[in-house]
Amino acid sequence: MLLLIQYTLIFSSVLILVALGGCFSEHSGVINLGLEGVMVIGALGGALMMRYAPEGLPSIVLVLLVLLAAIVSGMLYSSLLAVACINFKADQTIVGTALNLLGTAAATVLVKAINTATNPNDVSSTIQYIEQKKAFIVNIGSFEFNWFMVIAFIALAAAYITLYKTRFGLRLMACGEHPQAADSVGINVYKMRWSGVLISGMLGGLGGICYILAGVSEWKFENGVAGFGFLALAVMIFGQWKPIRIGLAALLFGFFRALSNVYFGFGFLVSLNIPGSVYNMMPYVISLLVLALTSGKSRAPKAEGIPYDKGSR
Amino acid sequence: MNEKRRILRNSAVQALIASLLCIVLGMLIGYIVLLFINPTGAWDAIMEVMKNFLHYSKHSLRIKNFGNTLVKTAPLLMCSLSVLFAYKVGLFNIGVAGQYVIGTCASLYAALAWGWAWLPCMLIAIVAGALYGGIVGLLKAYCNVNEVISGIMLNWIGLYMTNMLLTTVKETTSPYTYHLKDSAAQALLPTAGLEKFFNNNTYVTIAVPLSIILAVFIAILLDKTKFGYELKATGNNKNAAKYCGMAEKQNIILTLVIAGALASLGGALLYLTDYEQWQCTASSVPGMGFNGIAAAFLGGLNPIGTIFSSYFIQHITSGGAYVDKTMYCSQISDLISSIIIYLCGFVLFIKYAINRSLDRHDEKQAQKKKSLAATPEESRKGGDK
Repeated sequence: MLLLIQYTLIFSSVLILVALGGCFSEHSGVINLGLEGVMVIGALGGALMMRYAPEGLPSIVLVLLVLLAAIVSGMLYSSLLAVACINFKADQTIVGTALNLLGTAAATVLVKAINTATNPNDVSSTIQYIEQKKAFIVNIGSFEFNWFMVIAFIALAAAYITLYKTRFGLRLMACGEHPQAADSVGINVYKMRWSGVLISGMLGGLGGICYILAGVSEWKFENGVAGFGFLALAVMIFGQWKPIRIGLAALLFGFFRALSNVYFGFGFLVSLNIPGSVYNMMPYVISLLVLALTSGKSRAPKAEGIPYDKGSR
Repeated sequence: MNEKRRILRNSAVQALIASLLCIVLGMLIGYIVLLFINPTGAWDAIMEVMKNFLHYSKHSLRIKNFGNTLVKTAPLLMCSLSVLFAYKVGLFNIGVAGQYVIGTCASLYAALAWGWAWLPCMLIAIVAGALYGGIVGLLKAYCNVNEVISGIMLNWIGLYMTNMLLTTVKETTSPYTYHLKDSAAQALLPTAGLEKFFNNNTYVTIAVPLSIILAVFIAILLDKTKFGYELKATGNNKNAAKYCGMAEKQNIILTLVIAGALASLGGALLYLTDYEQWQCTASSVPGMGFNGIAAAFLGGLNPIGTIFSSYFIQHITSGGAYVDKTMYCSQISDLISSIIIYLCGFVLFIKYAINRSLDRHDEKQAQKKKSLAATPEESRKGGDK
């Protein structure tokens, strides 16, 4: 039971971080479908940092370095989306999809190249971080407390304050609702959208490193992040683009994702004799059902997905 | 000179230029990435990717491997047609990967578990894919669910369902499904004598010509029929289409039903040749569907253009197998094709840039004419004084 709670919390943390990323980007008016790719690249940045960081660093320094690496790589990667969609007015769906494919492909190529360079017989795309992972975890009894649970909570609070209580957040949201009106009162829409996308890259990168640190101590980059970026987008829609609701929605989705990891620990679930694939499917089925029930009256930012063109009305 | 500019104005020519530019730039960026990884073998690796079956020096081997590339081009073409068809109606069918998997699942299960012949296997794949695509359509039309997100969810659901179902017809010692050749030869697609052209490569079947015929059919359906027009009108403006008396919801569902059927037929066209077996422990959706997205956009969203772009994407994907494994992995071709999709996002901008430079040129030309015409008048005026 404790294991279930632990996994629910850690998966919810991932979903909160990434969904908040999507939330910032969409409030600024850009749909970031590339979050999945941003997660992969953020995870890659963090994992490489764990691999190459000198041994014997105090754990707090290691944690900070890894977070920084994930944030920087996520932001750099998401700027590819920003350039294309904000400055060149490219189709946000195509570019987002391309970034998802590119993220997994680039990470695979890179990690495989690194692995074969150190050991010619190693053609896997796996990075191990058994020792380094310990820096992120505090054992409280049999409960593995992960620092990311705190980080996600801080991000949630910060997102709420930024969006609703600061000038920046309100201006950001104006650019996603009615960019022309925002421009007319002197807000630089392009700058606002850039910051929205960069924040989503930052949170997406954090979510990525958090995801590969949840539960496992090595990651095979060929697999990407298994649709988690899209689950996060579903969480964001279910949360109606509002931070607090996103937090609650993430708990629900996180629970079903956790169930597929730990169902064999429950006697009554095992005795039902349902194949593992059913549990793997569960989060996706639930999110489809939830979306079907809630999307009808959902209120997305009005101008999202439409490139802003100063000249058009 | 003027003739040349008029050709440049043609949108088909512009699309071709844009696509070629994407390919060249994609290759270039891919090359630069390879240089970073390992500078010594980068050029060779890019050449191997481009050469694909030309890697072999013997003609018989070349022709046989050319056949293999074609075998995988057929399903890719179906996937990209599926993406293209939906995109013409304003829908981004990213669920194509899942529909492809469902087609694979239905056709292989019918062949191996029920012993059906190839035609009914193909038909059941089409029906399964149509229903699967229809779910996305229903959700979009009646529940306002974004088709990209529901498509992705269905991709993963489809993958796990397929793994579950096909596990019942897999070899006992491996995670792969039975070979059709040994256990269900009746379900193999007929070759219709095509294998003779490819050095007896029996994987080359009617799938290849069938997919090309379907591409032409889709082109006609979209451009020459009332049905195609209605679908495109719905895509351009849902409300206007509704106002004109078109059943817009029905059109959205129908589009995704057809798109789903196309993609899943692609799955059947590959797996019923026995070229590949399904791996029941697959942990990610096969790349075929996503490559279909690349091919659709690279082909300038034109069904005929898609035939060529699908071949190109498959050519470099197959070519990835020949790179020097001590330095790089075969995924560099995935890397290049994903860079190409990214660049396809800029196609609109490229077209805009071409048009603007043409406009500027025309304007200058017009101004010159004007000033030439005006000068004598001015001088005459001066003379009158």
